[in-house]
Amino acid sequence: MGTLLEVKDLHAGYGPTDVLRGVGFAVTEGGITTILGANGAGKTTLLRAVCGLVRRRGYVHFAGEAIESRVTEDIVRLGLAHVPDGRGTFTMLSTEENLRVGAITRRDRKAVEQDMARMYGYFPRLAERRAQQAGTLSGGEQQMLAIARALMLRPKLLVLDEPSFGLAPLVVQDIFRIMRTVNREEKVSILLVEQNARLALELADTAYLLETGQVALSGAAADLRNDETVRAAYLGY
Amino acid sequence: MEAFLHQLFSGLATGGIYAALALALVMIYQSTHHINFAQGEMAMFSTYLAWTFIDAGVPYWIAFVATVGVSFVLGVIIERVVVRPVEHAPVLSVVIVFIALLVILNSVAGWIYSYTIKTFPSPFEWEAVRNPYLAPHEIGTVGVTVVVLLLLYAFFRYTSLGLAMRAAAQNPVSSRLAGIRVGWMLALGWGLAAAIGAIAGMMIAPVVYLDPNMMSGIMLYAFAAALLGGIDNPIGAVIGGFVVGVVENLAGAYVVGTELKLTVALVLIIGVLLFKPSGLFGRRYVTRV
Ligand SMILES: Nc1ncnc2c1ncn2[C@@H]1O[C@H](COP(=O)(O)OP(=O)(O)O)[C@@H](O)[C@H]1O
Ligand SMILES: [Mg+2]
Repeated sequence: MGTLLEVKDLHAGYGPTDVLRGVGFAVTEGGITTILGANGAGKTTLLRAVCGLVRRRGYVHFAGEAIESRVTEDIVRLGLAHVPDGRGTFTMLSTEENLRVGAITRRDRKAVEQDMARMYGYFPRLAERRAQQAGTLSGGEQQMLAIARALMLRPKLLVLDEPSFGLAPLVVQDIFRIMRTVNREEKVSILLVEQNARLALELADTAYLLETGQVALSGAAADLRNDETVRAAYLGY
Repeated sequence: MEAFLHQLFSGLATGGIYAALALALVMIYQSTHHINFAQGEMAMFSTYLAWTFIDAGVPYWIAFVATVGVSFVLGVIIERVVVRPVEHAPVLSVVIVFIALLVILNSVAGWIYSYTIKTFPSPFEWEAVRNPYLAPHEIGTVGVTVVVLLLLYAFFRYTSLGLAMRAAAQNPVSSRLAGIRVGWMLALGWGLAAAIGAIAGMMIAPVVYLDPNMMSGIMLYAFAAALLGGIDNPIGAVIGGFVVGVVENLAGAYVVGTELKLTVALVLIIGVLLFKPSGLFGRRYVTRV
């Protein structure tokens, strides 16, 4: 299996200070990689650096192209969809318009309509709220909308920043089930940052542990699940 | 009664112009959170362009279309060259840039065309529709503004580009993450605002005549309209425009007299800012955390 996203010696940050200091990781084609770490470790910064939302320097290759000096809009057009921290809802647009924005770079109109129907199939709650202003949706619905909006790009890689944050357990289960489906059936690779380490390690094949801007530990997700330090610090047993 | 209806209808005609200009202000405000103080002078300059075309013998409607097109391009260029560099500057710097733009456009127009007042033709000289309530030019103005407003509505509501522009104005980061080129959307917004201004200028010029200061009073009403409707609400701004037009005309005819009409705009502006800063249709932000 090839490598879809490869990152080496990545430095990134805000203003003059670097938050990331030489991070490396990879996502295989069709794979699911998760990045774990405490609050403030630099996970969000890492995802932003990959898609060019913050100042960065290093080696970032996606789908065979060097993207470390590309602008966000171009990276997205290569097939990288980012579900940002805080969901990034277009609050004044309707649910349906939010989905259309997700597909705005696509020209295959028919397929867009089909994908729209597919998203409503994945998330029936969104279908009920089709015409509703997206800012009035509940937190869980907005998270579903953010994921659906990202999938409307028909991405090669789906990047998610703490999709379970602040959601009820049942909604979280739903969202993880759909991530698995999308990965298996549509061959979308996934890069997942998660606070719920147990769920993330169950879903992922590869995992990285980020500590103060550096990779402290990495390996197969199954191995990390059994690692003493990970257990003690992130799994709580 | 006839006189009253006449005042009411002609209030709607000028109201359409205020509505268009207020809408242009709102469009820029929504994407930049700044009020474009140079909007009126941009419209004035466009009207001089139209006058140049017409003076050179170009038929009115061809001159009209050419002016709208050239104004659109100039609006895009102004965004790219003048506004973009101060994108992240403090509010006061941006205001100064807008005022500078206003003064420069005003002086350049005066320098090229002189400050002597010129007449500007109306394309609506239909004798057939003469009636006691509305002059033909007023009917034409209402028609043109209504068409412009409907076209804009359809553009923003039903086209992919319109959706991209709305998205970019609302949430630039999420828009970039959807692949939208936000910078270009802002520039297009300026182009549209300039084009709307051009149409408003060409419609009002036969009434107020053409001179470099022709828009100062009108912009005051447009600001009042935008504030009244809620500076971030396009539909509110349009309604505000028609309301201000009617109130201005009726107050001018029956209350304060034409000399003091401009005070109506000032009173409206101050009243809205004091008592309902978000405007009549101002947005109540409905967002759940
Ligand atoms: N917009 C910002 N400006 C300056 N510093 C920031 C910004 N966002 C995050 N940081 C800093 O970067 C570090 C990493 O933050 P972040 O990437 O959000 O961590 P995580 O997502 O792992 O919780 C923190 O020390 C945080 O204070
Ligand atoms: Mg984070």
